[in-house]
Amino acid sequence: MSEKMWISVCEYQDLLPDTGLCALVNKQQIALFNSRRLNEVFAVSNFDPIGEANVLSRGIIGSIGDEVVVASPLYKQHFNLRTGECLEKPEHTIPVYPVRVEDGLVQVQI
Amino acid sequence: MKQRIVVVGNGMVGHKFIDNLVSHADAEKYHVITFSEEPRLAYDRVQLSKYFSGSTAEDLALTTSGYYDEKNVEFILKDKVVDIDFENKEVITASGRREAYDKLILATGSFPFVPPIAGNNGEHCLVYRTIEDLEAITYSAARSKVGVVVGGGLLGLEAAAALKASGLETHVVEFAPRLMAVQLDEGGGKLLRRKIEALGVKIHTQKATTEIVAGTEARYRMNFADGSHLETDMILFSAGIRPQDELARKCGIVMGERGGITIDNNCLTSAKDVYAIGECALWQNRIYGLVAPGYQMAKVAVSHITGGAEQFTGADMSTKLKLLGVDVASIGDAHGNTPGSLSYTYSNDVEEVYKRIIVSADNTKLLGAVLVGEVEAYGTLQQMCVNGMDLPDDPNCLILPSVDGAGMAMGVVALPDTAQICSCFDVTKGAICCAVQNGAGTMGDIKAITKASTGCGGCAVLTKQVMDAELIKLGVEVSNHICEHFPHSRHELADIVRIKKIKTFDELLDGHGHGLGCDICKPATASILAAFWNEYVLDEKHIGLQDTNDIFLGNMQKDGTYSIVPRVAGGEITPEKLIVLGQVAKEYKLYTKITGGQRIDLFGAQLHQLPAIWKVLVDAGFETGHAYGKSLRTVKSCVGSTWCRYGVLDSVSMAITLENRYKGVRAPHKIKFGVSGCTRECAEAQSKDFGVIATENGWNLFVCGNGGMRPRHADLFATGLDDATLIKYIDRVMMFYIRTGDRLQRTSVWLENLEGGLAYLKKVVIEDKLSIAEELEAQMQYNIDQYQCEWKTTIENPERLKRFKHFINSDERDDNLAYVAERGQVRPAFKSERESRIELVELAD
Repeated sequence: MSEKMWISVCEYQDLLPDTGLCALVNKQQIALFNSRRLNEVFAVSNFDPIGEANVLSRGIIGSIGDEVVVASPLYKQHFNLRTGECLEKPEHTIPVYPVRVEDGLVQVQI
Repeated sequence: MKQRIVVVGNGMVGHKFIDNLVSHADAEKYHVITFSEEPRLAYDRVQLSKYFSGSTAEDLALTTSGYYDEKNVEFILKDKVVDIDFENKEVITASGRREAYDKLILATGSFPFVPPIAGNNGEHCLVYRTIEDLEAITYSAARSKVGVVVGGGLLGLEAAAALKASGLETHVVEFAPRLMAVQLDEGGGKLLRRKIEALGVKIHTQKATTEIVAGTEARYRMNFADGSHLETDMILFSAGIRPQDELARKCGIVMGERGGITIDNNCLTSAKDVYAIGECALWQNRIYGLVAPGYQMAKVAVSHITGGAEQFTGADMSTKLKLLGVDVASIGDAHGNTPGSLSYTYSNDVEEVYKRIIVSADNTKLLGAVLVGEVEAYGTLQQMCVNGMDLPDDPNCLILPSVDGAGMAMGVVALPDTAQICSCFDVTKGAICCAVQNGAGTMGDIKAITKASTGCGGCAVLTKQVMDAELIKLGVEVSNHICEHFPHSRHELADIVRIKKIKTFDELLDGHGHGLGCDICKPATASILAAFWNEYVLDEKHIGLQDTNDIFLGNMQKDGTYSIVPRVAGGEITPEKLIVLGQVAKEYKLYTKITGGQRIDLFGAQLHQLPAIWKVLVDAGFETGHAYGKSLRTVKSCVGSTWCRYGVLDSVSMAITLENRYKGVRAPHKIKFGVSGCTRECAEAQSKDFGVIATENGWNLFVCGNGGMRPRHADLFATGLDDATLIKYIDRVMMFYIRTGDRLQRTSVWLENLEGGLAYLKKVVIEDKLSIAEELEAQMQYNIDQYQCEWKTTIENPERLKRFKHFINSDERDDNLAYVAERGQVRPAFKSERESRIELVELAD
C-alpha cells in the first residue's frame, strides 16, 4: 500500500481568514477554507451537486449547531465541512479531503 | 331569471352593498343596476381631505368601471332617480329612463346643511362633500387670501385643514361654545381648540351668523348676532348633514319627523321590497353620520335579500381621527349622560394631553371616553366599552401615563372572538386569530388575508396586539433573532453596532453572539457595518462576511460566472461609453441585455476576466453599479423637461444627483428610485422604494413602493418639495430604514410592519418626533463621504486580485462551463444540450 502523497496547493497566507479558494489537484477541483476562529483548514469538493456548478469555494463558512459548514453561494444549502453531508438534502454528500498546513503551505491528500 | 337589484346612489355605502352582494356565494342569482347623480363611481369621502395633500380622484376611488364590468354590475352615472313606480316596480330617472326592480336599495346619502343665512349663495360660498366641491374649493382658494369654515364639528375641522393646506388664513366659526361639541366634553374641546389655534387656525365660538354682505377688505363680510363681524374671501359651510330623502319623501315612504327614511332592523322601509341604508336611513329615530354603521346596514340588507338573518341593532359611534394633525377620539357616552355615571380625568397642559373616562355608577363598566392629544388607548377602551368588559381594579391605569412602559396592553386576551377589531372591513378578533392559526405571522400577512387595518388604519395597534397574543397562545415563539448566533434582531444589531461603534464582525460576535456565525448573520453584519462606516468591503476584516455577489463584486449566475453592470446614473449614457460597453462585450463574448433599471448587463464573465474587464471600464470612466449589493441600485428617470413636451422639471438631472448621492449605500435590501418629470409618470416612480414626481409646485415624494414579487403602490409622503428638502427627507427615511429594517426586508414590507405606519414615519421624518432627524442626516452624509468605487480600489490592489482566479494554483479555467449560440449571442448550454453534444461556442480567454 503506497501512502497517499501530500500535495502543496498554495501558500497559507493566500487563504484569507474565513474565506475559501479553489485549487486544481489531479484534475479535481478542491475547495479550501480557513476558519480563523477554529484555526483550522478544510478541503472539500468544489462542485455543488445541487446547483451543478463549481462554486463551493466561494461560499460563506460558519456553524449550524455544532457543525462547521459552507453555504453554497448559489442556493444556500449547507454542506458539513468535516463529513461532506448536505444538511438540507442529506441524499447529497460531497467528497472531503485530508488537508494540513506545513511550512506555510496548504497541502491536501487525494 | 335573475333578480334585479337596483341601487340608487353609488356612494361609499351603496358601493359597499354592491361589493358585498357580488362577493356573496349566491351572487349569480342577482343582476345589479346602480345609479349615481355624480359623474364618477364610489370614492372614499372619509379621506376627502387627502385631495389637498396630493391624492387624486383616482387615488380616492373605491372601485373602477372595470371591476363593475367584471362583476356584471350595470352602472349609470349622472342620471338621478326622480321617481319610483311601486305598482310596476320600476324606478324613473331624470332622463326618463325606467328600470324594473325586484329589490330596491336607497343609498342616497346625505347633503351638507347650509344654514339659512341671507347671502349664503355667493359664488365663493361653498360646501365640502363631493370631489366636485373640492374642485370648486381649490378654484376659489386660488383666488382668496382668507377663508372661513362655518361649523366646528368633525367635518368642519377637516374642511379647515383643507383651507389651511391651500395656504389661506383660516377661521372656524362655531355656534356652540366649543369645538366638536357632539363628540367632546368641555375639557377635550378646550385642549383641541388650543392645539388648533397653535397651528394658526383662528377659532370663533358662540357666533351666530346673521348675514353675509359685501366686504370692504375682503370679498365678504359676515355679521354675527353679537355685533361683531369677520371679513373673508370665501366661506365653507360645514354645519352638519341632512339625509338625502327627497325621493323617498316624494314617493310617500314613511319618514322621520325631522327627515330620514325610517327603517326596521332588516333595513326595510315602509314600502315593499324597498330598503334604505347609510346616511339617508333613520333607525329608531337616529341618523348615523359615520361610514361604519352604513357599512353595517349594507351588510344587513344583503343578508336579508339573500336569506340571511343579520339584523341592524344600532351601531357604536366611537370615532378616532386626526384633525389638523391633532389626535382626537370619542367613545360611547362621552358626555356622561348616563344617570349616575362617574368619571376619571387626566389633563396635562404641558404635553397637551386630555383623557377622561366615564364609568358606570358602580365603577365596574366603562361607558365612554374622550381622548385628545394622545389616543393610543382608543383600541382598548373602545373594545372594553362595546363588549361590556369589566374595568380593571384601578381604572386610573386606563388614562394615567404608564411609568414602566408596560402600559395597558391588557385587554386583547380578554376580548371575545366576536369583538370587531377593524370597523372599516368588519374584521373580528376571531378572524385575525384564525389567520394566525393558519400561518400568518406578520402584520403584512394579516392585512393581506383579513384586510384588517387596510382602511383607515386606526386599528393597526390593536390588530398587532391580537396577532401577537394569538402567536404567543399558539406557542409560536415570537422570536425576531436574526439567527442562532445572535439573540438579537437586525434592528438591535444595527443599534449595537452604531452605538458601540463596532467596526468588525469579530467584535460583534465576541461581545454579543456565539458560535462561528453563518451565511445569515455575516452578510447582515457586513451590510450594517457598510451602512454606518462604509469601509472597503473586500478588506481582510470584512471579506469573509460578504455574500455570493459582494465577495467578487459581480452577480453570480447559475454556472458560477458573473454578470457585470456598470453604473449608468439616471439611465443617461454617452455614445462613447456605449461603444466601450459594446467593445468589452464583444471581446469577452459576453451576453448583453438591457436591465429594467436602465442599464446594460454583461453576462458570462469568468472570475479571472473580471479585473481586466473592469480595468477597461474604469479607464473609460465607468464606476461599479453595485448591482451585486443590497444597496442603492438605480434611479430610473424619464427624459423630463429638457426634451419632453410635457416635462415640468428636469427629472434626468435630479435622477443623476440622487443616484450619485446614494450610490453604494448598503441597506437591509436593495433600493430602487424613480424620477418622473411630470405626473404622466413615465419613470414608474410609484413602484419604487423612493419615487419622485415633478409637479408645478415642486417635487412630490412617494415612499416604499415595490414592483417585483409583491407589488405595492408607493405612498405619497410629501408634496411640493424643493430640491434641498427632497434630499433631506430621502436622507432621513433611508437612514431610518437602514437602522430599523429587518434583514432582507424591502421598504414596502418595512413600512407595512412599522407600528404607526406612514403617519408615524412622517412624524419621525417631517416633524422629527424622535429628535433624530439631524443624526440621520449626518449619518447619511458620513456614509456618502466615505464612498469609493469598489472596483477601482480593487483593480489598483494586486494583492486583492490574487483571488480573482478560478484556481489559486493554475491558470486553467473551469471545464464545466459550456455555451451555445442563440440569437447572435451566447448562453449557458442546457443539460440536454450538453448531453446531446450540441456544438459549443468557444469561450474567450
